[in-house]
Amino acid sequence: MNQASFGIPVSLFASVTIDWHGFFFLLFAAIACISALMVVLSDNVVRMALHLVLSLGATAGLFFLAGAEFLGAMQLMIYVGGTLVLLVFGVMLTAQTQLVSLRTPAGDRVIASILAAALLAVLVQAAFSIESWQKPGQGMVSAPTATPLGMALVGVRVDQHAEEGLLEPKGGYLLPFEIVSVHLLVVLIGAAYLARAKRRRVPRPVDLVASVDSVEPTFSGNSDTTVSGGSE
Amino acid sequence: MAEFLIETIGLPAWLAWTCVAGLSAVLILNVIAGGALIFIWAERKIAARIQDRLGPTRTGGRFGWLQSLADGIKLLAKEDLMPEGADALLFRLAPYVSFCASFCAFIALPFAFDTVGQRLNVGVFFVVAILGLEVFGVILAGYASASKWSLFGAMREAAQVVSYEVPLGMCVVVPVMLAGSMDLVTIGEKQAGWAMNWFIFHDPFTFIIFWVYCTCALASVNRAPFDLAEAESELVAGFHTEYSGLRWSFFFMAEYGSMFLVSALAAILFLGGWNGPVPVSKLLGLSDGVAVTDPFALRIVGCMNLFLKATAGVLLMMWIRWTLPRLRIDQVMTTCLKYCTPIAAAMFLGVMLWQLFLPGGLVAGSFRAAAGVREGWLEQSYRKQSAEEESLSVKTLSRHVFEVSR
Amino acid sequence: MIFALLGVASVSHYLVVGAILFSCGVVCMAVKRNALGVLMGIELVLNGANLNFVAFGSNYLAADGRSPLGLDGEVVALFVILLAAAEAAVALAITLNFYNNHATVDVDRADDLHG
Repeated sequence: MNQASFGIPVSLFASVTIDWHGFFFLLFAAIACISALMVVLSDNVVRMALHLVLSLGATAGLFFLAGAEFLGAMQLMIYVGGTLVLLVFGVMLTAQTQLVSLRTPAGDRVIASILAAALLAVLVQAAFSIESWQKPGQGMVSAPTATPLGMALVGVRVDQHAEEGLLEPKGGYLLPFEIVSVHLLVVLIGAAYLARAKRRRVPRPVDLVASVDSVEPTFSGNSDTTVSGGSE
Repeated sequence: MAEFLIETIGLPAWLAWTCVAGLSAVLILNVIAGGALIFIWAERKIAARIQDRLGPTRTGGRFGWLQSLADGIKLLAKEDLMPEGADALLFRLAPYVSFCASFCAFIALPFAFDTVGQRLNVGVFFVVAILGLEVFGVILAGYASASKWSLFGAMREAAQVVSYEVPLGMCVVVPVMLAGSMDLVTIGEKQAGWAMNWFIFHDPFTFIIFWVYCTCALASVNRAPFDLAEAESELVAGFHTEYSGLRWSFFFMAEYGSMFLVSALAAILFLGGWNGPVPVSKLLGLSDGVAVTDPFALRIVGCMNLFLKATAGVLLMMWIRWTLPRLRIDQVMTTCLKYCTPIAAAMFLGVMLWQLFLPGGLVAGSFRAAAGVREGWLEQSYRKQSAEEESLSVKTLSRHVFEVSR
Repeated sequence: MIFALLGVASVSHYLVVGAILFSCGVVCMAVKRNALGVLMGIELVLNGANLNFVAFGSNYLAADGRSPLGLDGEVVALFVILLAAAEAAVALAITLNFYNNHATVDVDRADDLHG
């Protein structure tokens, strides 16, 4: 490294090198863990959702750090952008008062945390039990995994071809991919069926009517009346 | 850049990389903030002209071009109110969540050949994913305000954005399929050459899906006629009813930032990105139009191209805003689920079949700069990415430090 | 100097983070009375598991530069994310249904089948 030609302040730092991977790992790991703890500790559902977003977002950062770019983006899109918005949506639909909190007896909390501490101890012990896991990585940047991943999902393992010189297409994950897609379709239909409004048949408690009725017509479809009015 | 700092000035590696990172962040921030200033002024002028008024004329001399700066000063001087019963932490946090999401999406957005904060292999996906996070700030704001209007606005926004991500994703996938890569830089490079190489002119299906993308993008950034979340005739001001002063302006910066973002994304995905309609530099023999070994001026021209296209997109959005009436929420949902999604799916299928039977687009191959579109993924993904050297990847950073520290 | 202390990021460290997320999720599932809180606990648990898969599958973290799991780790994590999204959608639908019928999201009140 060249000596500081600018002189004074620069040479002070010249001996410092930062392991950026370690730095960002610590940053993201701290955010993920602390937010996960806050999810457990807070009573307010919306705050729990916020902390969960932070935690999952930091996990996506960890994915990026581990070289799984596609998975990180996926996590951001599906988990943080989709699932959590859905959850918050649910919170708002089911919130009776402004700040919902259902408190848990302290005894339950104590028992749960003792159990969790035991579980954590076992897991951490397992994590450090194998020697090759503890060596830091060599920092080799491999080829981006998005393309091999996509090819594997349609049944061609590009990565294995490259390594083993196989010419025959080797079965990738085509079948699981198909199963998952059919599963998602079933879930889509099932969720729509479960959550549809059944106002006529099921009588509601009176105290609900005010809060629910004002909200629901906006989301439950009823599009037959209003398709062509303004959009044409 | 970093090499320059390290070798010429003599900064240590970590400081140099930090400086480069900070510089890139400041540049992106300037694009958002400066863009917001200009766009707010433009919006006032356009709204006025459409309504047969003059708009701001006095502030700063002609055309009132200092109007948004004056607005900004006014906003700074406003009292920062918070309603009683609001969730203080979330209320304070919400504008920054929105703004951060809008800001982060710019990281992966290329402005020219290699002028990109971080060239990501999954660029398109990343940008769309981050853009979806902006809704979270709005939801938090609506919830934390302890006001019914805000809550309704936030719920509408949540329903709308989650629904519109489906057709938006389908539209975005089409250029990805044509280019064979999710890397925005690669997608842009594939469209180099004459305007007929732009993906919007690739075949009839892409032409239609471009307009579907416009509709969905408009809805996903909450602009009229899809601005249900802030419908002022019904919900006072929707999710930002209770906000004032600087926090409120953060929401607006986020909105204009993401407007610019989706326009730039449309430009890159469909309109050739930083490539002009005529390959001037190629005709003049300055470059082959694809490679990254260009002189500095070409990057500037590329940036100008992209900015022009994106600004045109934003102006189009403003024009639409002041022309069309606001939709009702059920009409918004109908547009998404009954029109946009099926059309996008059908067009996706059409593009796929077109690629199978008539690869190469309408004007087959004659002007095409990058040969072998369908085989592109292999060549592109394993190619040595020289542009990555200058970009700020965490991985490159750490690899660099590994080398230095040895 | 201070920053030199940071040279840590191995598979084990990723596993520890995953373990912490997992334990928090388990506590969350056990303790929360709000059905949506329980759901959030499930998401945390799945994420902790996902982090393990990614860490094992990452070539970047592997000590010899080639992970034993390879692409499989990422694929499994991908499927977990997809199924988690599906699970959240269904669970949310059930919760909304429950709320429609009982006017609460307290899981302790879901004892209709209790004899």
